[in-house]
Amino acid sequence: MSTVADVLAGADAAPVDLTGRSGTRALRDGLARVLMWTAFAVAVVPLVWILWTVAAEGGRLLIHSTWWTNSQVGVTARRVGGGATHAIQGTLLQAGVTALISVPIGVLTAVYLVEYGRGRVARLVSFMVGILTGVPSIVAGLFIYAVFMTTFGMQRAAIFVCLALTLLMIPTIVRSTEEMLKLVPNDLREASYALGVPKWKTISAVVLPTAFSGIVTGILLGLARIMGETAPLLILGPYTKAITANLFGGNMATLPTMINQDRDQAVTMPAYDRVWAAALTLILLILVLNLLGRVIGPRSKV
Amino acid sequence: MAKRIDISDLSIYYGAFKAVEDVTMSVPPRSVTAFIGPSGCGKSTVLRTLNRMHEVIPGARVEGKVLLDGQDLYGSGVDPVAVRRTIGMVFQRPNPFPTMTIRDNVVAGLRLNGVRDKKRLDEITEQSLRGANLWNEVKDRLDKPGAGLSGGQQQRLCIARAIAVSPEVLLMDEPCSALDPISTLAIEDLINDLKTRFTIVIVTHNMQQAARVSDQTAFFNLAATGKPGKLVEMDSTSTIFNNPSLKATEDYISGRFG
Ligand SMILES: Nc1ncnc2c1ncn2[C@@H]1O[C@H](COP(=O)(O)OP(=O)(O)OP(=O)(O)O)[C@@H](O)[C@H]1O
Ligand SMILES: [Mg+2]
Repeated sequence: MSTVADVLAGADAAPVDLTGRSGTRALRDGLARVLMWTAFAVAVVPLVWILWTVAAEGGRLLIHSTWWTNSQVGVTARRVGGGATHAIQGTLLQAGVTALISVPIGVLTAVYLVEYGRGRVARLVSFMVGILTGVPSIVAGLFIYAVFMTTFGMQRAAIFVCLALTLLMIPTIVRSTEEMLKLVPNDLREASYALGVPKWKTISAVVLPTAFSGIVTGILLGLARIMGETAPLLILGPYTKAITANLFGGNMATLPTMINQDRDQAVTMPAYDRVWAAALTLILLILVLNLLGRVIGPRSKV
Repeated sequence: MAKRIDISDLSIYYGAFKAVEDVTMSVPPRSVTAFIGPSGCGKSTVLRTLNRMHEVIPGARVEGKVLLDGQDLYGSGVDPVAVRRTIGMVFQRPNPFPTMTIRDNVVAGLRLNGVRDKKRLDEITEQSLRGANLWNEVKDRLDKPGAGLSGGQQQRLCIARAIAVSPEVLLMDEPCSALDPISTLAIEDLINDLKTRFTIVIVTHNMQQAARVSDQTAFFNLAATGKPGKLVEMDSTSTIFNNPSLKATEDYISGRFG
């Protein structure tokens, strides 16, 4: 027993106990840990399962070189053989054209919003981009269909798929580019102005290069997302078994439509295997784009 | 090169907030003028109006006159970009362009304004880096990124970048505040060299630095927070430090502030 006087006199100067961990705190800590790992497992298990199944079912075809070099011309559902070149090429071509249209529009819009936008017009543009972000892909597809097929009576073609995908891609590019531009420190803009460099030149030669890899990453991730879009393809881009590069007429195959084409075949059919293989190919393509984005991302200068 | 600056009745605003009121002063050519005063009294704000950097901030505006050899910088038809080519600036924090090499940083102002002549750019690179007292340290790695230098080296790189466009006037906003004593001395020596060619205005919180490098000193103060800052007293540095005419100046310099 120590009295106040003892303590004041330093008679009972026991060292502070730094080892004891309170029971309830340890319990709460443990509980939080368990919850966290459970949540992680719930999220990851289906993912691994899907990847595993797709790889197991579709991997066999992918190791044949014909998968990468041949189309499905002359191959029926009951016959083995053929490849996915037509669909891979269609997917890449449409993604490329989509990027070609949406990257300039998206990046310039973001530059406007971050570097120039003030007042009502900028708020309106930003609001519109927000709305566009929320548009479901099937609505984008139907919108293009309504404008070009219903109103102007045109034939479906790959370019219209690209236009629908552009509607989906622009807002993601605007948003990611905006974020990257905002990360560029104002110091750099001021340093450039102080050298007597005009604003447009400051943006093109200092701000954009500084944010470059971040912007590219955003574009690649956006591209990876729209490559898997299916709804606009079902409406605007009918499947074909042949290789074609004609954007403006006729049908063009893509991996999602190739999957869709044979998805209700019986398990015993060779076409059934090709559905899995096409799915795996699409996953791999998207994975490569994602990885590319991740590799470029950290090289960012901001 | 080197021009004089005459400021008259300058009031500076951030939106509705009047940050600085009624500044009138003259900066003679080929001299170093130091701005001193407590934090928030508007030293940076005044400095930034001298090369029209103030108006980069949304809502910022200026009343009064700033004359460069008699020509009003805020006159109609004056292009702020042209003003900034004539009046260079070094910032408190070193801010080399992260995407550019040391060489490209130095000549950024020239290249971004369309100078392509490689030989001339190389000459100016060496000249400016020598001028900024950095040449010997970086001459073997001109093609390495400018962001890879030490803080003090980066600041000298920024000075090299500012003098590469051969301005008439050089504005420096606390250029040594992020630096160690040795880099600080290097930059002070540099300022002494530079004043033979440029008119220099420097903001500093370091009294010794003001006493060491400047020819005249301007003391700014503000009556209370939220009130605009004012120029209290300006005179030759020796007068300000040894024999100021106002009590407020003396108190601030001797550290009996507030
Ligand atoms: N961008 C801005 N927007 C609004 N007010 C500002 C802005 N920059 C500065 N001010 C205000 O203007 C006044 C003067 O600021 P200024 O930066 O010129 O002070 P200073 O003397 O340079 O201070 P310090 O020594 O701390 O750098 C302060 O009241 C500050 O809050
Ligand atoms: Mg300041």
